[in-house]
Amino acid sequence: MPMVYYLGLSAFMFVIGILGMIIRRNPLVVFMSLELMFNAANLVFVSFASYHKVLDGELFVFFVMTTAASEVAVGLALMVAIFRAKKTIDIDQMSSLKG
Amino acid sequence: MSIGAIIVFGVMGFVVVASAVGMLISRNAIYSAMFLVLNFLTVGFMYLSLGAAFIALAQVTVYAGSIMVLFLFVIMLLGGEQLPFIDALRGQRMVGVLIGIAFLAEIVLYVVLRGDPGGGISLTGGTFATPAAIGMLLFNKYLLAFEITSVLLLSAVIGAIFLTRSAKQPRDEAAQLNKE
Repeated sequence: MPMVYYLGLSAFMFVIGILGMIIRRNPLVVFMSLELMFNAANLVFVSFASYHKVLDGELFVFFVMTTAASEVAVGLALMVAIFRAKKTIDIDQMSSLKG
Repeated sequence: MSIGAIIVFGVMGFVVVASAVGMLISRNAIYSAMFLVLNFLTVGFMYLSLGAAFIALAQVTVYAGSIMVLFLFVIMLLGGEQLPFIDALRGQRMVGVLIGIAFLAEIVLYVVLRGDPGGGISLTGGTFATPAAIGMLLFNKYLLAFEITSVLLLSAVIGAIFLTRSAKQPRDEAAQLNKE
């Protein structure tokens, strides 16, 4: 397959992720959009890895996955803590740092 | 480039884009999570077609498996309630869409100006990127990064436990100890 197809698909996924981060107000959906953007970057890594026949790109995808997993764990824990303090998960209501 | 490869890529690309858009526009967070699972599975198939079998299986188990299960647990904990459709800032939705389109245009412009990378990827795979090769690279060249990853995961686990424990219990225990 031509390389440009993969780049275009990844760019489209990344833009949808950005739109989700900007538009949506449910922080869980914002996190999911973040994961979508991670995936778009991973797709470029893997496609360039098999384009150049260099394995390092796939290793980077592995590290990105572990980073995303730990980020999701901490982020969702933060969200539960914020929900306990504020009783809402609307991201527009979180305008102050004080609980 | 065979016609079969084009059909496979077309179907996978359509599912990826459609599920991403579905995640973006569905009002219920549970539906968003399900669309995202579909997206991750399809991207995993795409990795498989690129010859990266190990990464594809890691994608399915880590992303579509554990991360999305974590998401679903938290959605059920907090309630997948649909937020009222009121904009706090008037017109921010339109501005957001415009910014997104501008970003996509920037990427397209970059690719056009920079030029097509040229060539294609053969979808056969073969002996490239076997799990054995990835393991050799991971435990030789990237050993330090691998070890640091374990510390990162450990700190994430400790941070998650610390953030979600309820703050009242230790105080109650301390009060009981004081009484005693």
